[in-house]
Amino acid sequence: MLLIPCPWCGERDVHEFHCGGEAHITRPAGADTIDDAAWADYLFMRQNPKGLYYERWNHAHGCRKWFHVVRDTVSDQILAVYQMDEAPPDIPGRSS
Amino acid sequence: MQKYSIFSLARNALSRHENWREAWRSPEPKPEYDVVIVGGGGHGLATAYYLAKEHGITNVAVVEKGWLGGGNTGRNTTIVRSNYLWDESAGLYEHSLKLWEGLSQKLNFNVMFSQRGVLNLAHNLHDLRELSRRVNANRLNGIDSEILDAQGVKDFCPLIDTSLTLRYPVLGASLQRRGGVARHDAVAWGFARAADALGVDIIQNCEVTGILRDGDAVQGLETSRGTIKANKVGVVVAGHCSVLANMAGFRLPIESHPLQALVSEPVKPVLDCVVMSNAVHAYISQSDKGELVIGAGIDSYVSYSQRGGFDVVEDTLHAVVELFPMFSRMRMLRQWGGIVDVCPDASPIIGKTPVQGLYFNCGWGTGGFKATPGSGNVFAHTIARDEPHPLNAPFALDRFTSGALIDEHGAAAVAH
Amino acid sequence: MRRQRFRLPDGGRVDRAAEVAFSFNGRRYFGHKGDTLASALLANGVHLVGRSFKYHRPRGIFGSGSEEPNALVQLGAGPRTDPNMRATTVELFEGLRATSQNCWPSLRFDLRGINDRFSALLPAGFYYKTFMRPARLWMFYEKHIRKAAGLGRAPDGCDPDRYEQTHAHCDVLVIGAGPAGLAAAQAAGAAGARVILADEQAELGGSLLSEPGRHIQVGDGTPADWLGATLAGLAGMDEVTLLPRTTAFGYYADNFVGLLERVGDHLPGDDGMLRQRLWKVRAKQVILATGAIERSLVFAENDRPGIMLAGAARTYVNRYGVAPGSRTVVFTNNDSAYAAALDMAAAGVGVEAVVDLRNQVEGDWPRLAREAGIPVMQGHTITGTRGRHRVSAVSVMRLNDAGDGVAGDVRQLKCDSVAMSGGWSPAVHLFSQARGALTFDEQEGTFRPGEAMQAVRSVGACDDAARLADCLSAGVEAGRSAALDVGCDGAQIAAPAVGEPALGPMQPAWRAPSDRKGVRMFVDFQNDVTAKDLDLAVREGYHSIEHVKRYTTTGMGTDQGKTGNVNALAIVAQQLGAEIPAVGVTTFRAPYTPVTFGAITGSHVRGLFDPVRRTPMHDWHVEQGAKFEDVGQWKRAWYYPRGEETMRQAVDREVKAARDGVGILDYSTLGKIDIRGPDAAEFLNRVYTNGWKKLGVGRCRYGVMLRDDGMVMDDGVTTRLGENHFLMTTTTGNAASVLSWLEEWLQTEWPDLKVYCTSVTEQYATVSICGPKARDLLAGLAPDMTLDPQNFRHMSMQEGTVAGIAARVLRVSFTGEVGFEINVPSRYGRALWDALIAEGELHGITPYGTEAMHVLRAEKGFFIAGQESDGTVTPLDLGMDWIVNWTKGDFIGRRSLSRSDTVRDDRKQLVGLFTSDPETVLDEGTQIVATVKDKPPMDMIGHVTSSYYSPNLGRSIAMAMIQGGRGRKGETLYAPMPDKVIEVTVTDPIFFDPDGQRLNG
Repeated sequence: MLLIPCPWCGERDVHEFHCGGEAHITRPAGADTIDDAAWADYLFMRQNPKGLYYERWNHAHGCRKWFHVVRDTVSDQILAVYQMDEAPPDIPGRSS
Repeated sequence: MQKYSIFSLARNALSRHENWREAWRSPEPKPEYDVVIVGGGGHGLATAYYLAKEHGITNVAVVEKGWLGGGNTGRNTTIVRSNYLWDESAGLYEHSLKLWEGLSQKLNFNVMFSQRGVLNLAHNLHDLRELSRRVNANRLNGIDSEILDAQGVKDFCPLIDTSLTLRYPVLGASLQRRGGVARHDAVAWGFARAADALGVDIIQNCEVTGILRDGDAVQGLETSRGTIKANKVGVVVAGHCSVLANMAGFRLPIESHPLQALVSEPVKPVLDCVVMSNAVHAYISQSDKGELVIGAGIDSYVSYSQRGGFDVVEDTLHAVVELFPMFSRMRMLRQWGGIVDVCPDASPIIGKTPVQGLYFNCGWGTGGFKATPGSGNVFAHTIARDEPHPLNAPFALDRFTSGALIDEHGAAAVAH
Repeated sequence: MRRQRFRLPDGGRVDRAAEVAFSFNGRRYFGHKGDTLASALLANGVHLVGRSFKYHRPRGIFGSGSEEPNALVQLGAGPRTDPNMRATTVELFEGLRATSQNCWPSLRFDLRGINDRFSALLPAGFYYKTFMRPARLWMFYEKHIRKAAGLGRAPDGCDPDRYEQTHAHCDVLVIGAGPAGLAAAQAAGAAGARVILADEQAELGGSLLSEPGRHIQVGDGTPADWLGATLAGLAGMDEVTLLPRTTAFGYYADNFVGLLERVGDHLPGDDGMLRQRLWKVRAKQVILATGAIERSLVFAENDRPGIMLAGAARTYVNRYGVAPGSRTVVFTNNDSAYAAALDMAAAGVGVEAVVDLRNQVEGDWPRLAREAGIPVMQGHTITGTRGRHRVSAVSVMRLNDAGDGVAGDVRQLKCDSVAMSGGWSPAVHLFSQARGALTFDEQEGTFRPGEAMQAVRSVGACDDAARLADCLSAGVEAGRSAALDVGCDGAQIAAPAVGEPALGPMQPAWRAPSDRKGVRMFVDFQNDVTAKDLDLAVREGYHSIEHVKRYTTTGMGTDQGKTGNVNALAIVAQQLGAEIPAVGVTTFRAPYTPVTFGAITGSHVRGLFDPVRRTPMHDWHVEQGAKFEDVGQWKRAWYYPRGEETMRQAVDREVKAARDGVGILDYSTLGKIDIRGPDAAEFLNRVYTNGWKKLGVGRCRYGVMLRDDGMVMDDGVTTRLGENHFLMTTTTGNAASVLSWLEEWLQTEWPDLKVYCTSVTEQYATVSICGPKARDLLAGLAPDMTLDPQNFRHMSMQEGTVAGIAARVLRVSFTGEVGFEINVPSRYGRALWDALIAEGELHGITPYGTEAMHVLRAEKGFFIAGQESDGTVTPLDLGMDWIVNWTKGDFIGRRSLSRSDTVRDDRKQLVGLFTSDPETVLDEGTQIVATVKDKPPMDMIGHVTSSYYSPNLGRSIAMAMIQGGRGRKGETLYAPMPDKVIEVTVTDPIFFDPDGQRLNG
């Protein structure tokens, strides 16, 4: 059972958290000007990578803050945690 | 194909069973095939079988990176039913259910399809309303489906606690009598053996590492056992579909999540039907071996680890013990996880892709086992004709662009 | 004291002064405190305890612990019964009742034993090849297959016992309290680490409990001396928790380990007794000292009762003071069985011979055996056995020079027991669950821990130590280094010196040859899988070890193949001509041993299954005899039947009262979210489809929120309390998810907006009153409020005092009548309610429940999120174009409303339906067709979402989502039911007071 390091509360059981899925998806501004396919790309299409994954989590049953996690989806090992307004960190030796 | 029957069994007993032949060959991959199917699970093997059987395309290979049926085919809780809400789904799953009926005879391999009935319980007024909507839709689609009240549930499955002491008492249920369970491994093996007999090469321990393209058209595959050329490639790899899509240069509306299941120790028969409950989130049946087969929910995060959280197993057993208090003293014998390909509308994607000659069949999420023969059947049609079968046309990838989703969350809220 | 025939005159750790009576298959026996059921049965000369799964062959006690495949019994009866209990792990208690399973009419005479005669017809996977014709008979065959399968019986009532769960955090979790685990715990504890030491047995000590110490010295004393001193030392350490009777069953991600403590299983049960406790441990470091499991030997007819593992025989002699027989043959391929032979001989058991598959047997242990006068037959094998219910003799032959066959004469050795050893397999189950890699050890023919993937160490016999000295030194080293890794560097201890005989090399022997072709050699004793079955699987193309396992069922019994899996693997490898590591192992899955559902469930049953939420006025509803419905976790009053009223009568009365006089509804369950901040109005503008910036302070507005795919998610009224302060209401069921939704957008998409959301659902009690007399009622209780319609307009808010309670009153309506929602702090909710009821008596006040509320809103055509909408419905589908503001800029879901599918004009749209017979009330969920056919399939064009009898209209009404519905007004459609077809006419969904006159009345 995953142990997630909330940047505010420290390590907590995964069941205190809500997973928000893939991070750094840009919601198109001026959506009226893009076609259905581009909108669908935003709404539904996902990287779903096997390996390095940048994702969002929410400490739903704790401080309720959202934050980013970098996790290896094969080992489930968490490699980095960073704030919502931070740029995704590079993970040494790993490419996304 | 060496015929299986009680007579051949008796005949072989005389020679100490030393003359049984291989159920399928283990050939080296040829340099080129007409069609290559990626993924040796039930759906992939069924696709190969129907390509050969119904479309006369026998120069076919199925490549599997591990062992046949080693993915979700061998990890699921084997529930088969067709009582889906929307016409599109009902059509597809009912097509599949009809193929299940008679599959053992067609394949000459006993897949132990057992139509012992599937109950979906309702625990509140909202459940009852949704149940009635679905049952009425099933009925008008010609699918057997009926509503039971709480007493009817008790009569059909006496073990369920239908008393009002439950936190969420059972108010009723839908029942599909033609639904049931099957022996999951046997489905993979049966299709493999039958496909092999029709000339299909089944190649295990062969991992796809790249998809060869010439412009917008597929040319073949790079694999751990060398290059295999083909102008048509069908990909049926469940939780790994995004990995293959990535090789081909496009994305899917899919996330891969852990899905867990467990069995109890075997006991003498106590539960003769399949019981599912959305509201308290459990589904359970008893296998022919005597084990209670119990499915848990999906973990909320993307993972390829085939391992989920213990909390998910706990939640499921809370519900099982709530519904079946006498199972409190039963013991969990084995638990495991698979990787399920979850689609936003809880319906599969079956059809063409942006790459000519490359076809995907994925997104079955938690409920693909029941569709095995039907999925293979319509996917074979799609590959053979380069156009979808009418039954899978609505399940094309472009529905995410148009917005014409087939939202089966109501029918699929419980993983199954 | 009553005689126990095979109890040795002395020795063992049982309490000989305490005699314990128990029954097995209805017969009364006696054992001692400290016995297991197995040791007590053996003490009474009972070996035959069960029948195998498939062939119903007689099976005896095989092991002495949780590895046991054979000796499964049913304990107890009725609701407190446990199937498939291993007799070898069941502690004896006074009055224990055990029965054999899977046999009828009796254990000794089992009719299904006939299966054994037909075993030639029942090879591995026979059921895949037959029972196929005629197809309709499968259900018949299957019924009988099911009856024959299964082992014990499930309990037949509610579990009378209790379970609990506890969380624990520690620096070092040590699993296994054998010598390595004890040494590790001692070293880690001495260094200052917080330690939990768990062991599955009743007594801590592991293999030391079975070690007489005749040939082994620890420090200056015996192994038992060291054990006693170490346990005393550990008990004296404050930060060390000792957990006997506790199995570490599962090793999950991030060092989460599940432990099952059997608190009361060894006691005669009382109802309500705490039976088991599940520990959820997060350990910084884990030390696995789980020992090794002895393998059986695969030889001809190796499954007869009386044939057991050598280590088990040794345990019965040394730990329980029980002789496994009077004449025994030891059969081995390694030195460890010689210790068993020596101990049995010392206890007076006649050891006929040690039959050793190895050609060269010259180490310390064989020397000691020879010195003790035990015949050693090196280079020999057992080629067959005899005895129906108990082994009575074995045939022994010499191995040929190649070692792959037999030669020479057959020698018969009479015996009543056989102790066998095929070598030892490290218990790598937990290590493997922790995703650690396994490496194959050619020398010992077994898998060992390789690279670890979590903070875990393996020590002792579960790693690579076979000798006590190695176990102790590895334990001390691991305990110390684990403690250092968590920053504990206190006292250091040294491992004691050990004097012990050297161990010679073992020789893998995966299938002992026999002179008889076709003779059965069992690999999986519980599931009756023989070496021939494995051969067959390979022959038929099932080459993956997972295929072999699934095809033959080897290793799939309740023991999960603890003693047989490596043998199966090796036989498959031989058959394939492959190396063992190339074939690989099947995955080790949790749990290590089976775990009670009740323990995993803990106290989360019945009243504690899910919290019950009640409003402050709940008790009043109960007193009035209200019927309740579950809405999410809430209990909501559904209707209030009076006297003998039916539901329909009660609801009709409530609905009419709300339109004719005044009705009162407990609306406290409504979700309430307090939204503050300078950007609050902008925020609402983005989450709702309509405009919010111009809403005046003190005014209310109805809003619909969409998901970003354009589908309706929730709705409700939001009030502007101040320039930067709003109070949002949500549907009862969605309160939590809407709050999460708002937070997600604020924190992830619009962090620049200064907005703060707080749930206040439970802070306020809400009472809704409506009807022509609502204003009069409120006026009587709120003399200082301005209630005239000009000054207190629809969709506005006023703060004041109601019944002496500070209140926020909203003039809103979900019924189409003049209505007021009175919000007061929760603790005043009941007082407000009581005051309204008392004052309302003048006006004939009528409490109404959720059913009447639904009828009232349906009469007005108001939709309910989750009922008319189902996640596939846009506001345009609901005919609510008026609520979508296209000009205000972006909002959640906006773009999705113009996708090619969402702009179709034949989408399902909200309409009303009238049945041709006004008394007919359609079922909610009824499907609608335009054309009725004789039989299915029929094209469905929509479905009924809401349907009621409207007493105000004097007829039934229904709301429905119908394809192109708005263009079908006046059209006749049909609802084909199983027994009839109901004709309906499409209408506008607003059935009552379409101009909204009453709202302004």
